[in-house]
Parts: sequence; structure tokens; C-alpha cells
Amino acid sequence: MKIGIPKEIHEGEKRVATTPEAAEKIIKLGFDVYVETGAGQGADISDEAYQAVGVKIAPNAKALWSESDIVMKVRAPEVHPELAMDETELLHEGATLISFIWPAQNAELLEKLASKNVNVLAMDSVPRMSRAQKLDALSSMANIAGYRAVIEAAQHFGRFFTGQITAAGKIPPAKVLVIGAGVAGLAAIGAAKSMGAIVRASDTRPEVKEQIESMDAEFLVVDYQEEGTGTGGYAKVMSKGYQDAQMAMFARQAMEVDIIITTALIPGKPAPVLITEAMVETMRDGSVIVDLAAEQGGNCPLSEKDKVVVKHGVTIIGYTNLPSRLANQSSQLYGTNLRHLLTELCPEKNGVININMEDEVLRGATVIKEGKITWPPPPPTLSVGHKPLTEAPAVVAKEVKPPSLLQQFLPMIIGAVILLSLGAVAPVAFMEHFTVFVLACFVGYQVIWNVSPSLHTPLMSVTNAISGIIVVGALVQISAVNPLVMGLAAVSILIASINIGGGFLVTRRMLEMFRK
Amino acid sequence: MMSQGLVTMSYIGASILFILSLGGLSNQETARRGNYYGMAGMVIAILATVLSAAVTENYAVLVVALLVGGSIGGYAAKRVEMTQMPELVALMHSLVGMAAVLVGYANFLGESDLTGVEKTIHEVEIYLGILIGAVTFSGSVIAFGKLCEKISGKPMLLPARHYLNLMLLLGSIGLSFMFLNGETQDESLIALGAMTVLALLFGIHMVMAIGGADMPVVVSMLNSYSGWAAAATGFMLNNDLLIVTGALVGSSGAILSYIMCRAMNRHFLSVIAGGFGSAGGQAAEVTGEVQPIDVAETVQLLREAKNIMIIPGYGMAVAQAQHTVNEITKQLKAKGKTVRFGIHPVAGRMPGHMNVLLAEAKVPYDIVFEMDEINEDFANVDVTIVIGANDIVNPSALNDPNSPIAGMPVLECWKGETTIVMKRSMASGYAGVGNPLFVLDNTRMLFGDANVKLQEVLKALQE
Repeated sequence: MKIGIPKEIHEGEKRVATTPEAAEKIIKLGFDVYVETGAGQGADISDEAYQAVGVKIAPNAKALWSESDIVMKVRAPEVHPELAMDETELLHEGATLISFIWPAQNAELLEKLASKNVNVLAMDSVPRMSRAQKLDALSSMANIAGYRAVIEAAQHFGRFFTGQITAAGKIPPAKVLVIGAGVAGLAAIGAAKSMGAIVRASDTRPEVKEQIESMDAEFLVVDYQEEGTGTGGYAKVMSKGYQDAQMAMFARQAMEVDIIITTALIPGKPAPVLITEAMVETMRDGSVIVDLAAEQGGNCPLSEKDKVVVKHGVTIIGYTNLPSRLANQSSQLYGTNLRHLLTELCPEKNGVININMEDEVLRGATVIKEGKITWPPPPPTLSVGHKPLTEAPAVVAKEVKPPSLLQQFLPMIIGAVILLSLGAVAPVAFMEHFTVFVLACFVGYQVIWNVSPSLHTPLMSVTNAISGIIVVGALVQISAVNPLVMGLAAVSILIASINIGGGFLVTRRMLEMFRK
Repeated sequence: MMSQGLVTMSYIGASILFILSLGGLSNQETARRGNYYGMAGMVIAILATVLSAAVTENYAVLVVALLVGGSIGGYAAKRVEMTQMPELVALMHSLVGMAAVLVGYANFLGESDLTGVEKTIHEVEIYLGILIGAVTFSGSVIAFGKLCEKISGKPMLLPARHYLNLMLLLGSIGLSFMFLNGETQDESLIALGAMTVLALLFGIHMVMAIGGADMPVVVSMLNSYSGWAAAATGFMLNNDLLIVTGALVGSSGAILSYIMCRAMNRHFLSVIAGGFGSAGGQAAEVTGEVQPIDVAETVQLLREAKNIMIIPGYGMAVAQAQHTVNEITKQLKAKGKTVRFGIHPVAGRMPGHMNVLLAEAKVPYDIVFEMDEINEDFANVDVTIVIGANDIVNPSALNDPNSPIAGMPVLECWKGETTIVMKRSMASGYAGVGNPLFVLDNTRMLFGDANVKLQEVLKALQE
């Protein structure tokens, strides 16, 4: 099947839905890949780079859309500024569209697409479960947005992030507050921390405390008892009492910190207001707020979508295209997410996709199947787990009873008793030998434990040769007066030396063969 | 004549050299040096002993025995085929066991001026030394027989085998009292002789009950026993060098067996206690049609493939096909293909058997991978050639809980695009288990002697 990647038409959108690296692997799955000329320009990828891995270049959007069985995009379809027609109309019947769709916000678009009798997979609807992580574009974009948010803040912030003591005076480190420790929040924490700032973070879900602390940031505890974990990894709306306590805490923090990065989103609802105008007023002049929720109305009511404004001396950044501002990186991650989705869609690697509605991940992502709107999907059964793979070990873990305390320690106790009773009666000479024996056992253990498996055979033959040391035992008896003893000793010497000679020489022969 | 101090110092030097030797053997780069350390240690130990106060006469016998034995060993080492390594090693283990028994008897028959507890302990040491030696001896002989297929590889499971073992053990303990309390030397000698017979029986029974696929574990276990026998002899003779060296060999062998067991996902004790398959129930029957192919088709598949994996098994050893395999590898690499080898930890009949064979054929060891390193990669492999392996590529180990080899990690070659299995016939593997791999859609069977067929493949590739 032919996969087409058009140039993004949304204003300021620099991302592209595939990179040469991803395309190369998609071609291996059996697909033909077409890219509209100049599609990678914004992300610093030339047409030639695509061509080098076997991608064909389509001269214009129309040709590309009409020829493609599968169209992969970043942004949801919209009116094409040059062709003056909607991208949905370019999509031919029976084709498949894969992009961000936001079905909850774009009911109209969904209807329009459904009327075209196509399949649509929304990258924003991929269920958030462990198996789907590699195609979770929301997470990969959020990661970039979090990083970029810190970079944008640094751009507008008039000071260092890191504290310094210089000949020209002491510089205090910047204090950064991150609200909402999802993927974007954690990425922001990491970026701010690595630039040297003091980072605090807040989240309604108590289980992220550990994640925040693992990034060496301070977790701000709201002084109120309520759990905020919702389904699908998002937070839920909190009770009034909790919200009041939380706002009080943010108000105190606003007076202290220099930079606030807010990432709080609740799916399908406007973003919660967390930083009020009154709080902004209390912030020091020159402070910066980056509102990652600006698209959904913003966590700060003063933020304006896609703009940087200065209010009450505070710079408020409301960019909604942060991933696009790191276009090459986000194209790479998004392209990889799409590739993983195609791998799921095409398990046979024959270049034909199969939208298997039995598969939980594909079911979740599919919003239109053959002209029928299938959104919203049935609620994901989180962590109930995926179907067992056919190759999964069929050995059902037998119920292992934890051994009782007695069972655990009995062998040790018996061993100790035997050793002690031996020690009580044994002569000193024996104990000396015994010490040597035990130590030697441990040396053997230490020496052998890391042996490389390919050397097992030579190792065995060399230990075999070494165990020919028993010849010493025979040697010390060879001078016995008793002829029988002497005879036995002589035979022992003979066979032990077969062992020695044979063992060492065959080891040498083997080792000579091991060459790189 | 060396003073006792000098002898002890030499012994310490020899012990250190042995430790360095084993340490050196754990790594490719240092392995050769390790072997030389071992030789040096052995020379020092023997010289010091010969020059010590303990050896005063019969030098002629001594030298002759050393030289004759050494040359027999050297000759065997030179002549042995690499495919017969397991047999040779097993045979040599039996020699150590026998030597331990003989030294024990000699020591018992020699004069002793010990009394009281010391005498008892000394006699217990003799008893143990002979016991371990005898078990090692008979066990190794049986292992040797199984490895060269003079004895059937199938586990011999006597009805009450665990009780039999227990009785042999109790019998040995009972005899030890007779031995220790014997009024005259003759009485004690009879008890000692009877115990030796019991120990020999025990060794035979133990190895007979162990299945062919577990042979690598058995070989390294016997290796360990031969060390313990040497250590027991050391106690008996108050010789620290023997104790140290014996303990080194004993513990290293034990660990090696443990590593092997872990690789096979088997419990150490259950391997030793013998017998396959504790899961009960009937293993699923393998039904389906195999798809045989000929040499031309094989060559065609290889020419089209980019990423090739070769899984050698015991069949490659039997057919002596390793050199041909190397030639084919060279041809394929010259054509720009990626060729790798996947080695299962228990492929062949002794630990590391396949590595030795491939090394003999001069396959560079950086394209030879362990199972864990490449098992994930099979999805990217175009063609897998399985040469005379069966159990180590058996999917039922993973998905049939009733299979006797259930739970053993295997090379998951069926995840690759095509698998070519080279086999002499449709007989089942050493474990006597059917293999569903052979009837999978993406498996092709190439029947015939591995070496003959591979040579035809090589010829076709060269054209």
C-alpha cells in the first residue's frame, strides 16, 4: 500500500510525520512511502535525504493525497490555504488517515471524515497502557513541550538559572515551580534542574511524588486528604476543599518563585485555573509563567493562546506549538510512534494494513472504521493486561509455598551442629587443613563464577588436568617398604600422569583454536 | 633433598599458579596464559614432592610411571577428535577417581602410627576418599559409555531408584562402622572392599538414571567429584596442596554444573536424582506435515536472505560438519550477508562443546553468540539453519507444560522468517521428545547427513 506524507499546512507547524530513519523501516514493512516535496523543510530534512532511503517525492499536495492509500499527518485535517479546499476532501474513498484528531473537540471534523467512508486513526486516542507506550505520541510530544517550556522561560527570564558566586557578586539560583507532573511536567523538571534551578513540583496524584523526588525536585504537599488519580494516567477534578488548600499553597509559592510552568490538563474539560490574576500580581517583576494548557483555556486566566504577553510585570507565555518549535526532534519521535503503529497494523510485514478491532490498542486509536464513527472506544481496561502472547511460557507457575522458617534454617542449623561437633573433637592439625579447605572452596567459587560460557570445555579440561594433582598423593607413597603399597602407588602415578599430560595438552590444543 | 620448608613454599607457589590458571581460563584473552600457569604449577608440585623427604627410593619406577603416563596422555590429547572431547574428558575423570581409590588403599595398607581420635579421623578420611573416588570412577565410565553411545542415552529409571540410592548410602554408613571398629586390618579391609563395591554401584546407578540431554551437567558434576576426591586424599595424607587444589577443582566443577542447570532451567537436585519430566501428563502429540526441501532450494533461500543465523547442535558434531559450516559462512559473508551463530548453553554433550567445534573450524568467535544475546533478534533473521539440533529449538519447551523439557529456555528460531532444519531423519532428539518446530509453516526440512548436504550447499554457493 502507498503511504503519503503531506506537508503540514497549519500556520507555524514545522513538524513532519516521518523522517528518513522511520521511513526506511516503514518501507521494510512492505509499504511504498511518498512525501510531498518540501514537507521536511521545517524540520531541517531535505527531499534528498528522503530519497536516499527510497522514499518517492510527490510534486504537490493534490497528487500526494489522491495517490495515497494511507495518509500520515501531524495536525488534524483543515482547509488547505493554497488549494482552497479542505484536506478531508482530498482524501479518497476507502483510504486511511493517521494523525492527531482530537475527536472530543472536533465532532464536526469527525462527521465530515465519516461521510467520506474512510478509516481514521487518531494518535491522540491511543490508549495509555504499557503495551502502547511506543506509539504514544502524546507522551513523546509532551516530553518535548516540557523541555521547550523551560527553554522558552529561560529566553524571557532576565537571570541565570544556576546560582553563582562571582567576583562581581552573588547570584541566587532561579526558583522554578512546575504544576502537574505528567510527562511534560517531568521533562520540564529535568530540564530546569539540569540548568541549575531550584525546582519544586506539585501534582494532585500522590503516586508521582516518588517520580518528582527521583528527579531531585521538591514535592509540594497540599495539606488536605484526597486522592487525585483518575483513569488513563490523568488526574481527576478535585473537591472544593482540596482546591482551596491547593490554591493557598500556590499563592504562597507565587510570592517566592521566579518561574512557573503549568501543565495541568483534565481530558475533555477546560484546563483548571491554578494561577489567578491576584497571584500574578504578587509575583516579582521579571518573573515568567509558561502555560502549557493555553490551548485548553490556560491554567492562568491571563495567558493568551500562541502569544507572549507581559502583565503586572510578569511575562506569560501561551505558546501551543512548543513541540513544533523543536521540529526535528519532535518529527523524529512522532515518526517513530507512527512507525510502531504501522508495525502493529501490519504484523505480516506484507505492506497491507489490518485494523484489528479485537486489539485493544488499535481499537482505542481507531475513531472511524469504514465510514462509521467508533469513537469513543469502550473504557480501556487498564493494567488488566494484554492477551497472553502465543510464545509466552506456558509453564504455569506452580503455587510455590514460601518455605517455613524451620525449612529455611534447618539445613544451616544441621550444618552448624555438624561443624561444631567436629570442631569439638578434631585435632588441631585437622582444623588447620579444614580451614585451608574451606578457603580454597571459596576461591574456586570466586574464580569460576564469571567464566565465559564459550570456555566451559577448556575450563573443564584444565581443571581435569589440575585434579591430576592426586599424583602427589601417589608420589609420597612410592617409597613405601610394602611392595603392595608401592605397586598401588606406581599404578596411581601412571594413571594420574595420563590425566595431567592429556588434560593440559588438549586444553592447549583447544585454546590455540580460539582466534578472533 | 629439599627441606620441609622449601617443599611447603613450593606447594604454596603451585597453589597460587593453579588459582591463576583457573582465573585465566575465565576469559578468552587470558585463557592460554592460564593453561601455562597450570602446567607450571603442576611441574613445581611434582618436582617438589619428588625431591622432598617423603620420596627416598624407587625413583626408577616413579620416573617410568610418570613418563609412560604422560606420553599416553599426550598422545591421546593429540589424536582426539574435537567432536570426541566429551568422551575424553569423561574418561580422564574416571582416571582421577581410580587414582584416588588406589591411593586410599595404598595409604590404608601402609604403616600408620596414629592413635585415638586422630586415627579415627584419618580412617574416616581414607574411607571418604575411596568412596568419592569410586563414585567418580564408575560414574565417569558410564558417562563415557553414554557419550560414545555404547550405552543407551535414555535414562534408566529403576522402579524404586530413590530408595535404592538411600539404601546404598545407609549401607556405606553401616560399613563405615564395621571398618572403623575392625579388630584386625583384614576385617577392616573387607568392609572397605564392600563399601567400594557399593560406591561403584552408586556411581553407575546415578549416571544411568540421567537423561542424555543432561549430559553436560553430568560431565561437569563428575569433574567436581574428581576434585573432591583429590581433596579427601589431601586430608588423608595431611597434604595442603592436595586439599587446596582438590577444593578448587571441586567447587569450580560444582559451580559450573549449577550454571548449566540454571541455563536449562532445571533444578540441580532433580538433574542429579535423575529422570526427566516431573510434570506428569502426556506431552502433546506433534501432528502435521513436514515440508522437505532439497539443496537447490536451500541455496536459493540463502541467496535471497540478508540476515542468516546458524544454530549448531550435536548433529553437527556427529557429522563433523564444522569445517564445511565455516566455509559456507565465509561464502555467505563474501556475498555481503550477515551470518551469526546462536549457541544454546547445553548444545552438544558437554558445556561449551559447540564453541570448541566452531573454534576448531576457525569461525571467528565474535560472530558466535550466546542464546541470551540473540534470542530477541530472531524477528530480524531471514533464514535460520538448524544443524542437527532438536531439543534446543523445541517450541514446546515454552508452550507445552506437559513436555518433558518444559521451562527450558530455547532458541526461538521460529520467530524468524524461514527456518531450515537439517536432520538425518525424523527421529526425535536425545530427550525423546517430538518437536512441533518441524511442522510449522515457515520450517523447511533438509534430510540427510549434515556434512554431505552442507558440502553440496557449499558447492552450489561457490558456482
